[in-house]
Amino acid sequence: MNLEAIRGKVAIVGTGCSKFGENWEKSASDMIIDAVFEALEDAGMELKDIEACWLGTTTTFFTGLPLAEILKLKHIPISRVENACATAMDALRNASYGVACGVFDRVLVVGVEKLKDMGFSGLPEYWSHPVYGQGATAPGRYALCARRYFHNNDIDPDIGREILAKIAVKNHYNGSLAPKAFFRNRIDVERVLKAPLIAWPLGLFDCCGNADGAAAAVICRADMAKSFRDDHVLLMASATVMGPGFGKEDMDYKYDEFPETAAAAKMAYEQAGIANPRTELSLAAVHDCFTIAELMEYEGLGFSEPGKAWEDVEAGSFELDGDLPVNTDGGLKAFGHPVGATGLRQCYEICRQLQGKADLPERQLKNPSIGLSLTQGGHPGWLIPNVSIFSLP
Amino acid sequence: MVGIRSCGAYIPFFRLKREDIAKALGGVPGRGEKAVANFDEDSISMAVAATLDCLQGIDPSSVDVLYFASTTMPYREKQCAAIVANVLGLRRDVLTTDFSSSLRVGTIALRTAFDAVKAGSAKNALVVVSDCRLGGMGSPFEQAFGDGAAAFLVSDSDLIATLGSEYSHTNEFTDIWRTQNDDVVRSWEDRFIYEKGYQKNVIEAVRNFAKAQDLSLKDVNKVVLSAPDARRIQGAIKALKLDIKSQVQNPLFDQVGNTGAAFAPMLLSAALEEGKKGDRILVVNYGDGCDVLLFNVNKSMGTIDGRRGIKGYLASKAYLPNYEKYLRFRNLMNLEVERTRPPLSSFAPVLWRDQKWVLGFHASKCKECGRTFFPPQRICLYCQSKDNFEYVRLIGRKGTLFTFTLDFLARSDDPPEVFTRVHLDDVGIYCRMTDRIPEQIEIDMPVEMTFRKFHEGAGYPNYFWKCIPTREVAT
Repeated sequence: MNLEAIRGKVAIVGTGCSKFGENWEKSASDMIIDAVFEALEDAGMELKDIEACWLGTTTTFFTGLPLAEILKLKHIPISRVENACATAMDALRNASYGVACGVFDRVLVVGVEKLKDMGFSGLPEYWSHPVYGQGATAPGRYALCARRYFHNNDIDPDIGREILAKIAVKNHYNGSLAPKAFFRNRIDVERVLKAPLIAWPLGLFDCCGNADGAAAAVICRADMAKSFRDDHVLLMASATVMGPGFGKEDMDYKYDEFPETAAAAKMAYEQAGIANPRTELSLAAVHDCFTIAELMEYEGLGFSEPGKAWEDVEAGSFELDGDLPVNTDGGLKAFGHPVGATGLRQCYEICRQLQGKADLPERQLKNPSIGLSLTQGGHPGWLIPNVSIFSLP
Repeated sequence: MVGIRSCGAYIPFFRLKREDIAKALGGVPGRGEKAVANFDEDSISMAVAATLDCLQGIDPSSVDVLYFASTTMPYREKQCAAIVANVLGLRRDVLTTDFSSSLRVGTIALRTAFDAVKAGSAKNALVVVSDCRLGGMGSPFEQAFGDGAAAFLVSDSDLIATLGSEYSHTNEFTDIWRTQNDDVVRSWEDRFIYEKGYQKNVIEAVRNFAKAQDLSLKDVNKVVLSAPDARRIQGAIKALKLDIKSQVQNPLFDQVGNTGAAFAPMLLSAALEEGKKGDRILVVNYGDGCDVLLFNVNKSMGTIDGRRGIKGYLASKAYLPNYEKYLRFRNLMNLEVERTRPPLSSFAPVLWRDQKWVLGFHASKCKECGRTFFPPQRICLYCQSKDNFEYVRLIGRKGTLFTFTLDFLARSDDPPEVFTRVHLDDVGIYCRMTDRIPEQIEIDMPVEMTFRKFHEGAGYPNYFWKCIPTREVAT
C-alpha cells in the first residue's frame, strides 16, 4: 500500500450544490441538473468534455444509468456508488483513482438523494433481520454513545446535554449565513434543551433533519488543472475505512469513541502528510448527523484530546472565529442530510472557502489553505467513515 | 409412584388496579388488581418464562414430553409447544403437543402426563399452562381476568409431591365460550351458568371423588379450588364445608385475577411452594366438566437458586398508569401512529436458519482465544479463526446494563422504546429492554433476559430476547 500515491494528483476544478431542504418543487433530476451545471460553469467546461462519471446515491437511483438519462450523456462509463452516509465522498475517492492512474482526464462526480417524496420523515428501511436490530433508529444508536460517553468522562447527563446544545447553536448560527441551507434560523441553548426528546439524551435540535439535495464536483489531472483555472483545489487524501461492524456487541467497544473514524483520519493524514491537524487545518466539515457525533469526531480526528472535546466546545475553538472552524456552512444540522449528497456538499463548502468564494462574505474565513471533510456512515459500532483532505495548490 | 418433581410459575410484571377500569368506564370499582401481560407477552412467551422457572437446576435434555396447555394459543394451526421446546433446548425426539379449548386443559394435560410416566413412555414430562384471555371492554370478565402461567415437571422419582388419586367427569354445557371468530370471552346469563355449571359440577365431582376414595375433606390440608371470581368461590367453599381460613389456597383474585386455564395450576404451584411433608393437597378444576386430583406432599420445595414461583413473581410488580395503557397493551385501541411507514417484515427461512440464537439464545465461543459473541460468528472477531467455535447457551445468565437510550422515535407499543447494550458475564448483547420503568433505568443496574414477542410481520408472531431489570426474588 502506498498511501501517498494519491496526494495532489487530482484537482477539483468545479463544484456545484443545489439548494438543500424540502425541495417539494424539485425532482432528483432537477437537483442534479442544478448542481452539475453550477459545477461545469465553475470549471469552465461543458457536458461534452466529461469522459466518465461516478454517481453517489443510497436509495434514490439504482445503477449509474439515470445520470446519463438526466444529462443525456452518450456512451461514457458511469458507476453508481453506495456507502451509506459516506456515499458521495466514496464516489469522489473512486473517481479520483480513475483520474490519478491516467485513464480519464475529466470526470464528473455527483451525489444526490431525494428523501422527501416518501410520505414519512424517517429514512427508508432496507432489508433487515426479522428480529435482530429491527426498528432501531439512528438517533437511538447515537444516543447509546452519548449516554456512555458522558458516563465514562464523568459528565453529568444534564451538563452533557448543554455541551451538545452549544454545538447545535454553533451550526445553526453558521447555517444562518448559508443561503443554500435548509434551516437558517438561529437558536440558543435554552431552546435546544427545552425541545422535545428524540432519543434521550438527544433532543430534537441534537438531530439533523432529512432533506433533499444534490452536489457535484468536476475533477481532472492536477497537471492540467491550470488550463481550467488558477485557484483549483488539490485532493490531498481520501480514506474510507471500515471495521468489522461488531461494536454494538463487542465488550471491548466502550461506546465512547469512533475507532473507525480515528483509523480513517490516521490514513488520510498520512496520505496528505499532515502531522498536527489541529494547527495545520484551516477548516473542517464534519458529520454532525447528531451533536454527539460532532463532539466525538473532534476526538477521533485528533482535534481534541480523548474525553476533552467539551473543553474545546466551551472555549469556542470550533466556531466561525475559533482556531479551527468546523462546519462553517452549518453542516448537516443546517443543511439536512440527503444521504448520498452530503459529502459533496462538504466538498463544495471547503473548496469555496479555500477559493475565498463563500456565498456570503460574513462566512468567509481569512486565507484558509487546507480543509478536511468527514462523512461518517452507519452508526456507532458499525461506522463507514470517509476522511478527505483538500488544499490550495 | 408418579408425581411432581418440580414446579414453576410466571406472573407478568405489570398490574392494573381495578379501580382504574372504573375511572375510565364508570361503574362500581372492583377490588384489588389484576396481572396484565406486557404488550410483548403472549401465552407462548409466558409459557417459556414458567418452564424456565420450573427447570431451574434441571437438565432440559432429560425432558421426554412437553405438553403446552392454553385457551389462548397464538396459533390456531401450527404447534405452539414446538416453539417452547426449541427455546428450552429440549431433545429432538421429545414428544410435544398442545392442549386447548377448555379451561380444564391444564389438569387434563397433567393427567395425561401422569399417564405417560405411569406407562413408562416418558420419565420426565413437562407440562406448562399459560393463558392470556381477553374480557370484553367494560364486562365483568375484564375486571376478573388476569394473565399468568405455571409449569410442572411430572416424573417418577425425586418428587416434591406424589399423585394420590384422580377423578374426572365430562359435562356438555354452554356457559362461557369463544368461537373461531371471537376475540373476547362470551357467556350465557350468569345465574344460570354458575348454578347449573360451576357450582353443580364442582360439588358433584368432589363428592364423587371423596366417596370413591373414602376421603373426608377434613383430612385435606389445602384445597386448590378453581372459580370464576371471588364471589363464586365463596358459594363453592360453603357448599363443600371447607374452612376458608386454613383449608383454601388463596385464589389471588385481588392480586392476579382469574388466569383462565392457568388459574388452578398456578394455585397448585403456590400450594406446593408452601406445602410441608405429609400435607394433602386437593385440586379441583372446572371447565366442561371437572377434574379432581389429590397430592401428597413428599418434601418441602425449599429455596431453589433463581426459582421465583408464585411468591417471587407476586412480589415483583409495577402498576400500569391507567386503563388506556392496558388497552394499548392488548391492542384494543385503533391508533394511527404509523401513517405511511411500510409494515414490519419477517422471513421464515431466516428465522429457521437462525433458530439456534433467535429462539435458543446461543452465543459462539471461540475455541482459539476464548472470546464469546452474540449473535454467533463463524469468524472470530479477535483471532479471525474460522468455524472454530462452540455454542454457549446464554439462557438464565444475569448481567448489567452498559448503556441505554429512551428512544421516542422508534416504533413502540409502550414508548419510549428502550435500547441497550448489556453485559452477560463475558458477552455483550445489543437488545431492547422491557418490563421497565423508564425513570429508574441506570447504567450498571442488574439485568436478566426474557423471551418476548417482537411483532407480527409477515402475519405470524416473531419472537426474540430482550433484557429486563432483574425482578427481585422474594426470600
